[in-house]
Amino acid sequence: MESNTILTILLFIPVLGAILLLFFNKKNENLIRYFGLTVSVIVFILSLILYFNFNVENGDFQFLYKFKWISNLNISFFVGLDGMSMLLLLLTTFITPLTLISSWSSIKKNVKEFTFFMLLLETGIIGVFISLDLFLFYIFWELMLIPMYFIIGIWGGKKRIYASIKFFIYTMAGSLLMLVAIIWLAIYASTSLGHLSTDIIELYKVGPAIPESIQLYMFLAFALSFAIKIPLFPFHTWLPDAHTEAPTAGSVILAAVLLKMGTYGLIRFNLPLFPQASIYFAPFISVLAVIGIIYGALVAMVQKDMKRLVAYSSVAHLGFVVLGIFAMTTESLQGAIIQMVNHGLSTGALFLLVGIIYERTHTREISDYGGIAKIVPIFSFALLFASLSSIGLPGLNGFVGEFLILLGSFKSPVLNSWIYTVFATSGIIFAAIYMLWMYQRIVFGKVTNPALEGLKDMNKREMFVLTPIFIFIVWIGIYPSTFLNVSQKSTQKVIEQVFYHQNVTIK
Amino acid sequence: MIELIYLTVLLPLLGFIINGVFGSKIKNEKVIGIIGSSTIGLSFIITVLAFFETLSLPTENREHIIELFTWLKVGGLDIHIAYQVDQLSLVMALVVTGVGFIIHVYSMGYMHGDKSYWRYFAYLNLFIFAMMNLILADNFVLLFLGWEGVGLCSYLLIGFWYEKKFEKSTTSEAGKKAFIVNRIGDFGFLLGIFLIYLTFGSLNFGEVFARAGAPGIPESTFNYIALFLFIGAVGKSAQLPLYTWLPDAMAGPTPVSALIHAATMVTAGVYMVARCSIIFVSAPAILTVVAVIGAATALFAATIALVQNDIKKVLAYSTISQLGYMFLALGVGAFSAGIFHLMTHAFFKALLFLGAGSIIHAMHGEQNIQNYGGLKKYLPTTFATFLIASLAISGIPLLSGFFSKDEILWFSFANGNVLYWGIGAFTALLTAFYMFRLVYLTFMGKERIAKDKHPHESPKVMTIPLIILGVLSAIGGFIGIPALFSGESGNKFEHWLEPIFKNAGNKLAIYQTHSHSTEIILMIISVVLAITGIMVARNIYLKNPSFADKMKNRFNGVYKILWNKYFVDEFYDRLIVRPIYRFSESVLWKITDAKIIDGVVDGTASLVNSISEKIRKFENGVAQFYALIMTVGVAIALFWIIFSL
Repeated sequence: MESNTILTILLFIPVLGAILLLFFNKKNENLIRYFGLTVSVIVFILSLILYFNFNVENGDFQFLYKFKWISNLNISFFVGLDGMSMLLLLLTTFITPLTLISSWSSIKKNVKEFTFFMLLLETGIIGVFISLDLFLFYIFWELMLIPMYFIIGIWGGKKRIYASIKFFIYTMAGSLLMLVAIIWLAIYASTSLGHLSTDIIELYKVGPAIPESIQLYMFLAFALSFAIKIPLFPFHTWLPDAHTEAPTAGSVILAAVLLKMGTYGLIRFNLPLFPQASIYFAPFISVLAVIGIIYGALVAMVQKDMKRLVAYSSVAHLGFVVLGIFAMTTESLQGAIIQMVNHGLSTGALFLLVGIIYERTHTREISDYGGIAKIVPIFSFALLFASLSSIGLPGLNGFVGEFLILLGSFKSPVLNSWIYTVFATSGIIFAAIYMLWMYQRIVFGKVTNPALEGLKDMNKREMFVLTPIFIFIVWIGIYPSTFLNVSQKSTQKVIEQVFYHQNVTIK
Repeated sequence: MIELIYLTVLLPLLGFIINGVFGSKIKNEKVIGIIGSSTIGLSFIITVLAFFETLSLPTENREHIIELFTWLKVGGLDIHIAYQVDQLSLVMALVVTGVGFIIHVYSMGYMHGDKSYWRYFAYLNLFIFAMMNLILADNFVLLFLGWEGVGLCSYLLIGFWYEKKFEKSTTSEAGKKAFIVNRIGDFGFLLGIFLIYLTFGSLNFGEVFARAGAPGIPESTFNYIALFLFIGAVGKSAQLPLYTWLPDAMAGPTPVSALIHAATMVTAGVYMVARCSIIFVSAPAILTVVAVIGAATALFAATIALVQNDIKKVLAYSTISQLGYMFLALGVGAFSAGIFHLMTHAFFKALLFLGAGSIIHAMHGEQNIQNYGGLKKYLPTTFATFLIASLAISGIPLLSGFFSKDEILWFSFANGNVLYWGIGAFTALLTAFYMFRLVYLTFMGKERIAKDKHPHESPKVMTIPLIILGVLSAIGGFIGIPALFSGESGNKFEHWLEPIFKNAGNKLAIYQTHSHSTEIILMIISVVLAITGIMVARNIYLKNPSFADKMKNRFNGVYKILWNKYFVDEFYDRLIVRPIYRFSESVLWKITDAKIIDGVVDGTASLVNSISEKIRKFENGVAQFYALIMTVGVAIALFWIIFSL
């Protein structure tokens, strides 16, 4: 029972910290920074406690905590964790303190407000990953938009207003349809359950019984919202703007965690709630995913701004994840989940690195660089390392995810064709092209820009931020079992749920 | 020692970590060099001991798997970090650690004074680590880890001098090209791995090869698998049409060219195909493809080597050509002949590159053979060893290359057809010619050295490795003397590898009986061709230097084509690279993203805006207007209710 409340406590600590922060003196900037960091570190420690108490042999939700919230609508505050959400919770609580440290010197104005929004954001994200009630999920899903909107809009670059509004409207447009679907689902549930329900454990039983013709609409309403968040081609154009204009911390959180909410939603809701529709749409969505892989990579290749390049690379990476989800094999789904973590680590690291160099030179134009290997060797090494992780070099994390996804999609009975995998695999060639080409233009060659002379290499704080990320990049690459085991049972459960009502044979 | 084989992987990793982390602080070249070399030296000793231990075991007990831990276990996939010690992997490991150690020692002299000495040795150790994973892996995924790992080291080492210009571009551009072209191959390799998993339900060699040997799997499946795997091999081993990265790889330091781009990494494709022999013999159509690509590459690259003036370029094309021989051998089912040539080639080609390094070192970076000449008297040791290697690669009797190349030629005739043999033999003629063109222009004849260059023999740390490799190039072939000469005991090398290729050999079963007299006649022809090549080179480049220019002018068209390497790079650039770039930039980014998708998004926003503008007009604050609208609305609603009842 004790650990059950820990999850709720963990959820509200950041927001509590944010409220306490309001009583701080605005001028005490360092105190505010330390306070925000402490809060996020406490949350991380709590999530580690949960991890050590997590039973990997159990595929059901654990640490359940439920109380009636709006009783006449039968809505509960209902939270819990399974393997997938455990990993994403850890990713969130791990990345948040690191982003706060990374903004130590880059965020100079309104430190108090910034820390406030970052903590609020953390609660929003955690809420999304642990909610087991659709209505509660929806609240956190929307809640997290607000701090992100301000983080981009206040601390962003020159075109921040356009970017933040585009981000907001895009995501809002998607989620409204989802709200309609949630309401419909709650009402539909009452016909078989005898009461309204937004409890997803109950709905897992109701969903598959929905006639396929209606399931298709339900599926689309949810999927559109998630597709925008992921973002899946062709709903991706908010991402480059949001990433480019956001401050480093915003980009890191956006890439590392926020985008995962979409893929998480697909696995948590679309697959188990609408299994027949999921199988029906799997080929269509997989086509979009594969287009995203190649399109994202090709457009990344021609970018002139580092952040934009990394942003488009995210479109490609998330394409892999979506392909893994809709291939619906154990290998591919496990690959998709680990790839969500991987993308968080490698793209997070890339954005941190771009932020580090931008803070010194105030330019993100690739052509302004060249030959910095000699001037900033540690930075150059770190950038190489993150790039290699991003392009899926075996021995590092990215390979594990991509390999499992491609292997699984190749044998997928749902997709039942090599063609998806063949095209998706070509993405590894393009990934090497855009990453190594960017690396070459930034790091190698002769120094031609005099402004780069005397550039300072990474300081201790910056190394401190990147080191833990790099440790996990190697860890997942060499011994992924630590992480794959966590989500193994819950992945199996999703697969079973999908195929329980099908006539498709599982190989 | 077999159980300790994992140390041969971990020691180089340790060397990489020590030099990589502390190298910049150690500063002492000797310490760095000794750390880097000793880890490989120890690995070599362990490999040798493991080899003799295996040799002492009965044939059926010579395969061991040393498992470390579970790597990927998901669904039906169960991949371990596990190393397979058997006859084939031991041959490879001996070559990699042995030649690798010699080149590490040589590098201590060659890289003397380089400001990134530590980085060089760190990368070199990392390379051996990856290469050992590649050849010792007991499954496809670990092999692939090594496969991409060596590619990374190749990338890092080609671009090692990242500030330097290389030809029309930069060294890092050459490194990037190598990595990307290799990834095109890896794309095929990965698809092969996926199809193997789909077909056999496993990726462990033992299980896959056992199931591949059993009946029941359609030939078309084998064809696909073999084709995909071969695409990987074509990339890594620089065969047509993916060879273009290897000549550019010469931008790296010369010992790197010797180790990675001649002796070891580029032979990984040969190793992989040999390892999967059972799959390839089950796909006869693809086996033919392997032979054809091999033969075509051998000839094609040799023609380019005829006219190049950069000493390393000549050797690079020669490597591509020799790799072609190896694939020809594999393609006609002569797997152990392919591996045998892989080994002897590692000796003499490493020696040629190290010799070239010694020359370049002596000539202060000059690589154009037209600016050499008469170096024999300045570089006696380099000359002697370079000559041995040149004779070996030309196939002069009793030297290592003679035995291995002749075995390939013989099998390409016996198992294949006259055409394979003809191409192979003609390529042998060209090989002898371009090698001795190199020897004569470099070491003999008139000195054409720039006045400011003062050539001098390299230090002992460089010449001793040359001598060791010289001995190996000379006598290394004796372990593979054909049954023709050795009589009863047969070909020792083939016998040693026999258990590995037994199943493939049985399945292929195309060995036709040819008389020994045919074998002897063919052998005599190829020796005559080699000597002819050497003599022609001697007559032109030593006796009659103006003749070369006359030929050049007379066959100007052909010369231009060869000099420009058939314009393949330009062709790829115009037809593939640039169109993709332009398409991505203008069509995908600037039109699809910015105009179409964002157009819809922004358009929706402004549509909502303009609609709201219009709707706003209804809210004009005039109560009567509201009342009117309301009345109309109620009326419509009433009508609807009444008529729908």
